[in-house]
Amino acid sequence: MTVRIDQTGCIGSGQCVLAAPDVFDQSDDDGLGFVVIAEPPADLLPGVRDAVDRCPAQVVSLEE
Amino acid sequence: MTEAAVCPVPHENRVHPLGPPAGFEEAISNGPVRMRWPNGVEGWLISSYAGVRQVLSDQRFSANRNGGPEMRTEGEPVLDAGQPGNMNSMDGEEHLRLRRPLSRGFMVKRLNEMRPRIQRIVDEHLDEMERAGTPADLVSSLCLPVPSLVIAELLGVPPEHQALFQATAREMLGKNGSRAEYEAKAAELGQVIAKVVAEKKASGDTSDMIGLMVNETDFDMDELMLLAIGLLVAGHETTSNFFGLFTLTLFERPDQLEILQRDPSRADVIVEELMRYTIGRLGGAGIARRALEDVEVDGVTVRAGEWAAVSLHANLDEELCPHASELDLERRAVSHLGFGFGPHQCLGANLARAELQILLRSLFTRFPNLRPAVPVTEMSFREDMITYGASAIPVVW
Ligand code: HEM
Ligand code: SF4
Repeated sequence: MTVRIDQTGCIGSGQCVLAAPDVFDQSDDDGLGFVVIAEPPADLLPGVRDAVDRCPAQVVSLEE
Repeated sequence: MTEAAVCPVPHENRVHPLGPPAGFEEAISNGPVRMRWPNGVEGWLISSYAGVRQVLSDQRFSANRNGGPEMRTEGEPVLDAGQPGNMNSMDGEEHLRLRRPLSRGFMVKRLNEMRPRIQRIVDEHLDEMERAGTPADLVSSLCLPVPSLVIAELLGVPPEHQALFQATAREMLGKNGSRAEYEAKAAELGQVIAKVVAEKKASGDTSDMIGLMVNETDFDMDELMLLAIGLLVAGHETTSNFFGLFTLTLFERPDQLEILQRDPSRADVIVEELMRYTIGRLGGAGIARRALEDVEVDGVTVRAGEWAAVSLHANLDEELCPHASELDLERRAVSHLGFGFGPHQCLGANLARAELQILLRSLFTRFPNLRPAVPVTEMSFREDMITYGASAIPVVW
């Protein structure tokens, strides 16, 4: 299970951070989302799936 | 359903003030429909959850809405698509150039730092309401003043200019005045903002939105002014109106209000459900895009050059969540469309969330017996292209 963000389309909305605060953060330099835990443990996966669903730019992915 | 008759978009005739315009749900019940807006423009109306997400995120739709659907039949729109700071009408790189630097100012962690200041603003207004006693008008004493002060804080307008900022904002947005009146007030507001710009330039401060724009972007002065005023326009009446509508929704549903009062610490999840439901129930067709090429949506083809509007009634689609047409404050937060979707999803969403959560929790904790002084159906409401809300909400406690 690998979590990725394709930053080229990211609009820095922070929806991923709201959905899974342990897995995602936003850069202080440009507000873009980035992955903190690329291989999250099972208990964090529901939040990650939420982030995939909620990301308005549809750039968060979870490869299972 | 394909080439059906074109029906007018029903508006300004809601059967219940918190419900859709008469005939709206019937009109959209069979999928996409051809519609004619009050200004004569025709196009498709998309209202399924998947369809709305597609229209708002598919790059084959442009956000440039020059010549597009308008709910108003007369009067010029206050924001022109061609204005330099109007990111809401821009696509692709041009849009990201304006939007990305601003998103830093709305980062979740930055807004968490703002929460104590929002709480202070809310508490001061609740104190004042309590002092003045019943009956009170929730709109003028809480809904309207709080968001404009919060935006002043966000922009970095210092306390000594805030009273002027707020008074001018109120005059600019309070009524549906003419374009000329609006511009005169915007120019006055511009003078306040210019002062702040000069101060930020001198200090190099980047801890607020104007500081960020002045010191860390390549925005020119025109863009900066329009963006700053644009944030006020986009974030003031929307937040104010929706907070009013949320309280009215709760007044009608004591069983649900009790869920909030039992555990006010769940205000974050509760705000999401109130947004999903309240916005979905109002229906309407205010957000439009234009197809750049032929695009299939929900089984119909939106032809190149044609308009497709979306209805946030999609928030009540069962595809989003079970028993979607019901308000259920015990529901977990779902991916609703109240703030839109795609690259134009509300830039201020996280700020609006923080405000709405703090307002909701604080209001019903301070006044546990808060109730409307007249029935909701006897209150007066204002309808606009982007905002709809109660003109006054008389309450007692
Ligand atoms: C309850 C309150 C609010 C609601 C329901 C709301 C709703 C929306 C929606 C649906 C859109 C998308 C429009 C489209 O797709 O064309 C939007 C865009 C926007 N909103 Fe909000 N909004 C709220 C509060 C705010 C606040 C507080 C601010 C700023 C302080 C704000 C700033 C913006 C801006 C700048 C855009 C344009 C973004 C872009 O085009 O990239 N909004 N809002
Ligand atoms: S939710 Fe998507 S657009 Fe928003 S910050 Fe995260 S990755 Fe970027």
